[in-house]
Amino acid sequence: MRSIIGIELHIQVNRVGSKLFCSCPTNYYSAEANRNTCPVCLGLPGSLPVVNYSVIEKATRLALALSSRISGSLIFVRKHYFYPDLPKNYQISQYDRAGMVPFASGGYLDIGFGGSSKRIRIRRINIEEDPAKISYPEGDPLKSPYSLIDYNRSGMPLLEIVTEADMESSKEVRAFLEKILTLVDYLDICDPDLEGAFRVDANISIEGGERVEVKNIGSLRDVEKAINYELTRQRNIIRAGGSVKRETRHWDSARGVTVTSRAKEYEEDYRYFPDPDLPPIEITKEFIDNVSSNMPELPWVRAERFIESYGLSRYEANVLTSRRWLADYFENALKYYGNPSKLADLLINDFLGIVNEHGGSPRVVKGSPDKVGKLLSFLDRGVISIKILKQILPDVVLRDLDPEEIIRSRGLDVISDRSVIEKLVDEVFRENPKAVEDAKKNPKAINFLIGKVMAKTRGKAHPAIVREVVARKLRE
Amino acid sequence: MRIEHIGVAEYIENARNDPEWVSEYYSVLFERIGKVEPEINSYITLADPEKAVKNAVESAKRKTTLAGLPVAVKDNISTKGMKTTCGSRILSNYVPPYDATAVRSIKEHGGVILGKTNLDEFAMGSTTETSFYGPTRNPWDLDRVPGGSSGGSAAAVAARIAPVSLGSDTGGSVRNPASFTGTVGFKPTYGVISRYGLIAYASSLDQIGIIGLSVEDIALLLDIVSGEDPRDSTSIAYPSAKSFYSSIKDGDRYLGDFKAVLVSEMWRGVDPDVNTVLKAVIGKLESNGLEVTEISIPEIEYALPTYYIIAMAEASSNLARYSGMLFGISKDPSGVDWVKYYSRIRGIGFGREVKRRIILGSYILSEGFFDQYYLKALKIRRLLKQRLVKVYGDHGFIISPTTPITAPRLGENIDDPLKLYALDVETVVANLVGGPSISVPAGFAGGLPVGLQITGPPLSDLDMLALAYRIEEIIGSGKTHAPPLG
Ligand SMILES: [Zn+2]
Repeated sequence: MRSIIGIELHIQVNRVGSKLFCSCPTNYYSAEANRNTCPVCLGLPGSLPVVNYSVIEKATRLALALSSRISGSLIFVRKHYFYPDLPKNYQISQYDRAGMVPFASGGYLDIGFGGSSKRIRIRRINIEEDPAKISYPEGDPLKSPYSLIDYNRSGMPLLEIVTEADMESSKEVRAFLEKILTLVDYLDICDPDLEGAFRVDANISIEGGERVEVKNIGSLRDVEKAINYELTRQRNIIRAGGSVKRETRHWDSARGVTVTSRAKEYEEDYRYFPDPDLPPIEITKEFIDNVSSNMPELPWVRAERFIESYGLSRYEANVLTSRRWLADYFENALKYYGNPSKLADLLINDFLGIVNEHGGSPRVVKGSPDKVGKLLSFLDRGVISIKILKQILPDVVLRDLDPEEIIRSRGLDVISDRSVIEKLVDEVFRENPKAVEDAKKNPKAINFLIGKVMAKTRGKAHPAIVREVVARKLRE
Repeated sequence: MRIEHIGVAEYIENARNDPEWVSEYYSVLFERIGKVEPEINSYITLADPEKAVKNAVESAKRKTTLAGLPVAVKDNISTKGMKTTCGSRILSNYVPPYDATAVRSIKEHGGVILGKTNLDEFAMGSTTETSFYGPTRNPWDLDRVPGGSSGGSAAAVAARIAPVSLGSDTGGSVRNPASFTGTVGFKPTYGVISRYGLIAYASSLDQIGIIGLSVEDIALLLDIVSGEDPRDSTSIAYPSAKSFYSSIKDGDRYLGDFKAVLVSEMWRGVDPDVNTVLKAVIGKLESNGLEVTEISIPEIEYALPTYYIIAMAEASSNLARYSGMLFGISKDPSGVDWVKYYSRIRGIGFGREVKRRIILGSYILSEGFFDQYYLKALKIRRLLKQRLVKVYGDHGFIISPTTPITAPRLGENIDDPLKLYALDVETVVANLVGGPSISVPAGFAGGLPVGLQITGPPLSDLDMLALAYRIEEIIGSGKTHAPPLG
């Protein structure tokens, strides 16, 4: 039973200065509830929207990156529905109907999947405003005696990306989403790691069956879970001889299930019409050319460059280019440390681990790339051991401490003085006569003695020298 | 002091010469308001007299442009800290936290907001009878309506309890009451005055207008409130190096420099007495050099239904926001879901005419009817605009009655929507094409004022005001006659 999936993705344009139609800042995450508002985003009587042109520029970047056809005229429309999170009880959006036109249509994104590449077609891209945020004191709306509305988010710019139903598994959807999120990060449209940066609605069906829309999916992990849940649910219905009902369901993240949304008992008529407060904006070829000539390097182009210029594996290149700040960090560190492969290894396996442990945001990274580069060259020069490096890396990354300073003040530099090591080996031999005899017969037992020497130096002795000295003394 | 004949120009001249005169003027004005206002009901909210005088005197001392000029403002134009009700129960407690751009301009130039004037609820009406705050009465005959929807703004100026006022004109709402009250009412080209802060009825038709006693007064205030506004994407900068005021005062222009045209469709169904008064005036203008021709524009018959389709569609959308959530009246929401809550607030908050237009507008925009009504209306609107631009090029300004009748009695039209809507038959053309239109007092029929309307294509404002000024020189301005009040 083949599954057919298309998605509607809403990306919040949080990398512009102000909201879509007013001058309230987009950086509201730390603001007190309902403080980041004005007459326009509260929909006060008499207030009027004025378009923030930087959003149009960002939308144009996205359309160009996805090879979408940009409409010559940008027409905002009103989409009407009564809901408490919508201050005007209509949302300013875009639509495809006589007298209206989407921002851009067509286009595609190729996703690498299972060693081959697959093309996911884009149906359209639209610009619209975000509603306010509703929260429930008890979490669950049904259990809460009241709900709270925070209008700080109201009027935030959103880009809506609608795909054709070209995906066949939750893994493909995830791969598509990851690639789009990386893309909007590169295009300086959205910081995908901010709370509420994106939301997904998925249209899911089993070949031959009715389509179910699953709404309200807010994270990559939930996308996979929700789609898998819904596919299983539909397959079970079909296996039992039933047929899937065409409906809208909501993803309940807490319970991990999709539930029928009872709110929609009738087909909603949104009464779309062009917003008379916003005259159509002509999108000229000059404008598009100008945006096009100022496009940042696209993530997949950068990944290829990392493979070719730095000899990285595809995996390494993909991970390092998954966020622009990370790729920038890598290239900046390379200016101070010349071995791309060792640097990539450290960033992917250790550095990212530290960042992710602290929430995954680049804002936790305080240490500059040159310091990480310096650490690696100390390792290469034998000044510190890999163990020491890993031990002090968090202080360098999170607290911006200077590696040289840490090593000096904590006495962490590697002991590579042979006379010191020989003395220590003699001590260990004296203290462990039985182990020495064992090691003479069984070469594998040598590791015990090396470990004892390392323990005496709290890991600071140069392991290669220790091994060499212990081996020589055993032969003597 | 007699203030009946003091318009904007005279006020400013006196106030700038002698700030003490300002306090005398204000005390006479408030005394007159105390006497006349209870009979007319032109204001919903009045400014505090002491504060108003203090502001005005200070402003005159500082020699600001308006020198403390009191301006009455229609109660659908937002005033910071002053209740703005739209004549509706739903906004009966709403105090805007910001000023409309036009109001801000008046304040910045030293004007004083005298009060907020009565109107048909949400400007939906042509008689000022649908207001939640009771009808306004016509100063010329208290049994009659003052027209609408800016009835309060027109009645206050006619009754000389405001020298000038702001109104709003969506389908004639400034010109219709000006015609019924013997005042001058001007609706500029769409966009010339910012709509920011004007509470929307039908956004693509709404335009703030000015009501005064003379064309000169209107031009003076227009210079203050016009201009491109970064808060209104539909606002425009009027392309002229000269101010409106200095341009009408240009002594080099004579009536003979203008052309005018009578469109036969706009003279059909006009009350015979109104017709007689206006034809006599037109004859007088012709004998003073105005070139007048006559043509037929059959499409103009579609203007009224086209107007109502667009206006109702936009109104149903604009009025969606009134749900008792963020502003306006509210109720204890416990025990009901939000759908019930919204219905309850809208049920008690809106009057019948507003509900009628919301329901009809929602129908027009709904799936299946949108193409049939709304898109078709937009098509006719485009055709009318093209036609009017061509007519203007060939024949000049369109001259017509402002309203087909004089002011009806209270209650005469209110219960029959079709009769009510027909009052707008002459005025809606200007809103549909987005051009300027002015109503000037042209005499009396049966003791009631009759208005002459001039209509032109977008951006013909300067010429239109110049023509109206020349006409006024010949037939007299609104200052010539004052209603027998007080
Ligand atoms: Zn805002």
